[in-house]
Amino acid sequence: MSSPQTARQILDRHYLEIRSKILDLAASLDRVERAAEDSVKDDPRLAKLRSGIELLLTPGTDRAERVQMLFSDAYVENWMKK
Amino acid sequence: MYFIDPHVHMISRTTDDYERMTRMGCVAISEPAFWAGYDRGSAASFHDYFRQLTEFEPMRAGWSGIQHYTWLCINAKEAENVSLAREVIKLIPEFLDRPNVLGIGEIGLNKNTLNESTIFQEHVDLAVRMNQQILIHTPHLQDKFKGTHMIVDMLRADSRVQPQRVLIDHVEEHTVRLAKDHGFWCAMTLYPTTKCTPARAADIIEQYGDEQIMVNSAGDWGPSNPLAVPDFIQEMRKRGHSETKIKKIVYDNPLQFFSQSKNFQFKSPDITYGAGKP
Repeated sequence: MSSPQTARQILDRHYLEIRSKILDLAASLDRVERAAEDSVKDDPRLAKLRSGIELLLTPGTDRAERVQMLFSDAYVENWMKK
Repeated sequence: MYFIDPHVHMISRTTDDYERMTRMGCVAISEPAFWAGYDRGSAASFHDYFRQLTEFEPMRAGWSGIQHYTWLCINAKEAENVSLAREVIKLIPEFLDRPNVLGIGEIGLNKNTLNESTIFQEHVDLAVRMNQQILIHTPHLQDKFKGTHMIVDMLRADSRVQPQRVLIDHVEEHTVRLAKDHGFWCAMTLYPTTKCTPARAADIIEQYGDEQIMVNSAGDWGPSNPLAVPDFIQEMRKRGHSETKIKKIVYDNPLQFFSQSKNFQFKSPDITYGAGKP
């Protein structure tokens, strides 16, 4: 099952919405940097956010799933036997 | 379009919300037992809560013409207290024959601890012994993938569990396959700040199909929207999906899943309202 819409229709409908989300993201990162203290420079959450943004630039139809996995704890096989 | 919200915590909502849901086409809801925002101090508090879910709440829903069903348990967050959880589990059987009880839920994991796992398995044992359906909460945010995997492991380790009688809730892009590949039902929760948006839920439907899947609002005392299912309907319509497909997800699928419970005595809105379909 796939979308009944063409790529052109999806882009037409969502272009401004996506642009707005990128602006929100940019403004949020600006906000952190404007208030920057050394205490957050090495915060692992910032590194995660950077990795997430880099992931958006990779090709594929599973970016959302890969972003989810980036922010997920690892599953440990055979945990019930421990 | 008529719809069923299969997961909404109406005790946290106003009667006005019931009215608005009716006007938008809601004909039935199911309300799993959940965390009240604070840890309750005794099993007696849960006894009162179960009475509220099986006595007052169906009556209040009925004032707006909505059929109210419920699921009983001690939620994963409070299940960390194993002794309290066991006391609460002992209370549940006396409520299982009440006319709006569909099964055990929403059980699951919160922080993926061993105590939570122990109580989850004890709930599953109760459900199987009492021939009840199961509704499962999966953890949020970074705990979700690991927790959903652990839940599937525990369910698959119990050969008595029938996957088609189990609903794994709050699935997202990285957990939907875990539920579907093993034959469980699943649901996506449309929640403004965490969980899924209507657009992402529609994406998941387009990627993984409309079998054994539904959507819910999980409206509760937090930032949430009891009209989230109509938002999903609107999103699907904007994309050009057929009314038949949308109805399957928001109405037919919940009906099919709930119909496995002996207490699910659904009255069709076509009978209740006649020809006046929304």
